[in-house]
Amino acid sequence: MAKTLNIIESAYRATIEEQDDTIVWITHAMKGAGADLSVLLRGNAVNYCVTGQKAPEISFGEWQQTHAAQIDQDLIALMGKGVPVYVAEEDLAKRGISLSELISGVKTVNREGILDLIENHDRIWHW
Amino acid sequence: MSKKKTLTFCLMDAPFENARTTTALRLIDTAVRRGHNVNVFAYEGAVGVPFSKQSAHANKVHGFEEDEWNHPLPKDWVSEIMNHAEKTGSKVDWINCGLCVDERGMNEAVPGVRRGTPGDLVNWANTSDNTLIIPTK
Repeated sequence: MAKTLNIIESAYRATIEEQDDTIVWITHAMKGAGADLSVLLRGNAVNYCVTGQKAPEISFGEWQQTHAAQIDQDLIALMGKGVPVYVAEEDLAKRGISLSELISGVKTVNREGILDLIENHDRIWHW
Repeated sequence: MSKKKTLTFCLMDAPFENARTTTALRLIDTAVRRGHNVNVFAYEGAVGVPFSKQSAHANKVHGFEEDEWNHPLPKDWVSEIMNHAEKTGSKVDWINCGLCVDERGMNEAVPGVRRGTPGDLVNWANTSDNTLIIPTK
């Protein structure tokens, strides 16, 4: 089966209205449909693997948000389904995010490691 | 000088695309909660924000049925803001750009939304205390 690397770079784009990151979500859905997938977080999306993040509760008039996005938990669930999650080391460093802040199981990769990831996948989908 | 202000917002972004739509509606909601009058001119994709045919769905990835998931719909946020305005004594006037509506076939909108032209934005800008354009990127 062809292996696909989903590179997620756009972050927190519509996470309130969608209650998800739409690319993390579609990765879950495609994995469920039998795809062989990996995820690489880069750019602002590296923040997705910071543990303990929580979207603020939001309300309009009397309407109250429930089930707000929990993207760190969604990534943990994704890894639980057998999807490796990689995060770009340089982009973490640029944002001052230390390795101790990351969810367990995520793998950091440097630039050379990203090249290896690209070489080891049949399809590269940059979202 | 009256503390009640009239604020005009011009929105451009379609719903479900980015955080600017949510942020804009939060600003409008806050203004209404504080009793101010708000005008909203929805231009381009923003005419889809109050589109009444938006519908919620289940989220099988998370294992929730539709009635459990409480999926947000911006059209409901608009209605909630309008309903709340009645309680706070403020007024929300929402105009969808008519040509933008026609282009997108989005004629159905929640109650309280009406059709207009860029001239309405000009009139509002001339009569409001301030106008905030929230453009698309």
